[in-house]
Amino acid sequence: MKEKTALQRGLTKGIVEEISREKGEPEWMLRLRLRALEIFHRLPMPRFGPDLSEVDLSDITYYLRSVEPVASWEELPEEIKKTFDALGLPEAEKEALAGLGAQVDSEVVYRSILEEVGAQGVIFLPMEEAVREHPDLVRQHFMKVIPPEDNLFAALHGAVWSGGTFVWVPEGVEVEIPLQAYFRMQTQGVGQFEHTLIVAEPGSSVHYIEGCSAPRYTKVALHSGMVEIVAKEGAHVRFTTIQNWSRNVYNLNNKRAIAHAEARVDWVSGSLGSKVTMLYPTTVLVGPGASTENLGFTFARDGQHLDVGARALHLAPNTSSRLVSRSVIQGDAKATFRGKVYVSPEARGAKGHVECSTLLLSPGAKTETIPVLDAENDEVELAHEATVGRISKDHLFYLMSRGLTEQEAMSLIVNGFVSPILKEIPLEYALELKRLLEMSFEGAVG
Amino acid sequence: MPILKIKDLHVSVEGQPILKGVSLALEEGEIHALMGPNGSGKSTLAFALAGHPDYRVERGRVLLSGEDITHLPPDQRAKMGLFLAFQYPPEVEGVRLREFMRLACGDQGHGFCEFQEAYPKAVRRLSLEELADRELNVGFSGGEKKRAELLQAWLLRPRVALLDESDSGVDVDAVKVIARAIRELAEAGTTVLIITHYPRILEHVPPARVFVLQEGRIVQAGGPELARTIEAEGFKAVQR
Ligand SMILES: Nc1ncnc2c1ncn2[C@@H]1O[C@H](COP(=O)(O)OP(=O)(O)OP(=O)(O)O)[C@@H](O)[C@H]1O
Ligand SMILES: [Mg+2]
Repeated sequence: MKEKTALQRGLTKGIVEEISREKGEPEWMLRLRLRALEIFHRLPMPRFGPDLSEVDLSDITYYLRSVEPVASWEELPEEIKKTFDALGLPEAEKEALAGLGAQVDSEVVYRSILEEVGAQGVIFLPMEEAVREHPDLVRQHFMKVIPPEDNLFAALHGAVWSGGTFVWVPEGVEVEIPLQAYFRMQTQGVGQFEHTLIVAEPGSSVHYIEGCSAPRYTKVALHSGMVEIVAKEGAHVRFTTIQNWSRNVYNLNNKRAIAHAEARVDWVSGSLGSKVTMLYPTTVLVGPGASTENLGFTFARDGQHLDVGARALHLAPNTSSRLVSRSVIQGDAKATFRGKVYVSPEARGAKGHVECSTLLLSPGAKTETIPVLDAENDEVELAHEATVGRISKDHLFYLMSRGLTEQEAMSLIVNGFVSPILKEIPLEYALELKRLLEMSFEGAVG
Repeated sequence: MPILKIKDLHVSVEGQPILKGVSLALEEGEIHALMGPNGSGKSTLAFALAGHPDYRVERGRVLLSGEDITHLPPDQRAKMGLFLAFQYPPEVEGVRLREFMRLACGDQGHGFCEFQEAYPKAVRRLSLEELADRELNVGFSGGEKKRAELLQAWLLRPRVALLDESDSGVDVDAVKVIARAIRELAEAGTTVLIITHYPRILEHVPPARVFVLQEGRIVQAGGPELARTIEAEGFKAVQR
């Protein structure tokens, strides 16, 4: 068995070259990495959003293979196996999934796909393997949806990406049950930069779920993943994320989809964990009749700053978007929602709807809603709604007058508030979310 | 033996004294009526009995089955069998009537299987089939809200039900539905206090005793004939 491979801390050309060599990458990928690194050095930190001054990019281990890939759960090191068992991954794999990938630190350590799904021609591979085995397919799309020039963390990601998944669904194939990836940041001081690329050929459909966790360390950790989705004519891609990083993680992601004619892309994002999150899943509607739905549920607790949002860029006629966010904020936490709908001059007949509601559970909870509706033609229908509220004393009294305890009453109200999003989340996650919500209601009456 | 006993109750709201020494007793298994002009304090009494935190008891006591509940939180009163049908039931978005009742029945020791049977039955009884799976009072008409309150009482089978204007704003047919539900509750052993302005409901559900509240005090108590006097002559006929 190979030794643990860890690269030195910090970010240099040498480190990037070593990552590439470690993975046995083709030349084009190494060149892409080095170009991204150059761009990274030129770009500033984001000029909006949360305070990132604590993130020291020179003090991160950019690559660590801590666990060797295995063919069965049993072969995993005891500690990791226990974690995955507790998370119910082997069970979910058997009962509810078409495929499952699990990543620890920088590398995917386990992957499986249902035989019948594989037989339909669906590709579901760790990103590195896909780079080696399907170079043409990957190269065509890899970092084309989000180029490294887009922002500092896109460039950083391009230089040091490791792990993640490649999904390719052939024309007309409908994958009926979800594919899932699970990400674990196991080792202190190691950044995680997985890359997910989903290409859905015309008329196909797929649902991809990602979940994540990390043990809590005192040191700040960085997660900066990237998700790129290409939904071709009439394809339907649904991407669900349940983010529950521990509270020392800076979670700064890039997620973007391109929707061709009549395609549909749905994002469902549950943001619960991390210390700071910046996450704005974006759909670029490039083909006529393309549509997107972007549902976000954010639960921010003491000490967290979750800066989330959703964007839809309408670049073709008769495209439609619906961005819906529900936030629950507790303690002194802060949640920001940025909802952006852009409509180009060509996108006549575009429809966009942005809806953001926030429930404050404590006097110190902070929230901000920043909608941007920008239409460059006038045959559009755009709407925006935002509400901020607290749990009403009268509602609480009403529920309690039927015998519900204060806790039960509150949790019923909060669950009711988030139910439009919760019902879109796979059941096992929805139950977990409910449980987390119920655990944090003290002092929440306004 | 009275099941609910109110002794010299003084209640203030936002520092404003509203009830100024209310005393009355509800006899177990009987139907009672509480009448009084607008603003006399009927709802204030109902809220204070149910334990609304904004309604401060400055003096006096409330005993339910002999136990002092004056300062208990609302859920504990409910668990002891006290129920209030609200005059203005709030609309609680995202919470489904069915789910809410399932929880409430569970908290009060009814089994889930029983609920699965009881709920549709209660829904039919109150002619609320259309609303069975809707969000709690959200978008219900005035009359539907009143019937939904009775539906809850019907499911929870309280020992004492305070019905705050369950008949106001309700059409003739619905009044009959509501009256029947009240009678059935009473027949099953619930002690009832009907708070109302109108003798109309009392024709359908004749009360054993009628109390009249004015300016925060009980000014008269009597039999069903008191309701008829009020209808004929107005509240001035019963002024102290
Ligand atoms: N929450 C409150 N805040 C301020 N004043 C209140 C409040 N609740 C009741 N009051 C006042 O107390 C008095 C009695 O009100 P209450 O609602 O008890 O009357 P009621 O007899 O139920 O009248 P109605 O027949 O119109 O329902 C009124 O003057 C009312 O304005
Ligand atoms: Mg009233």
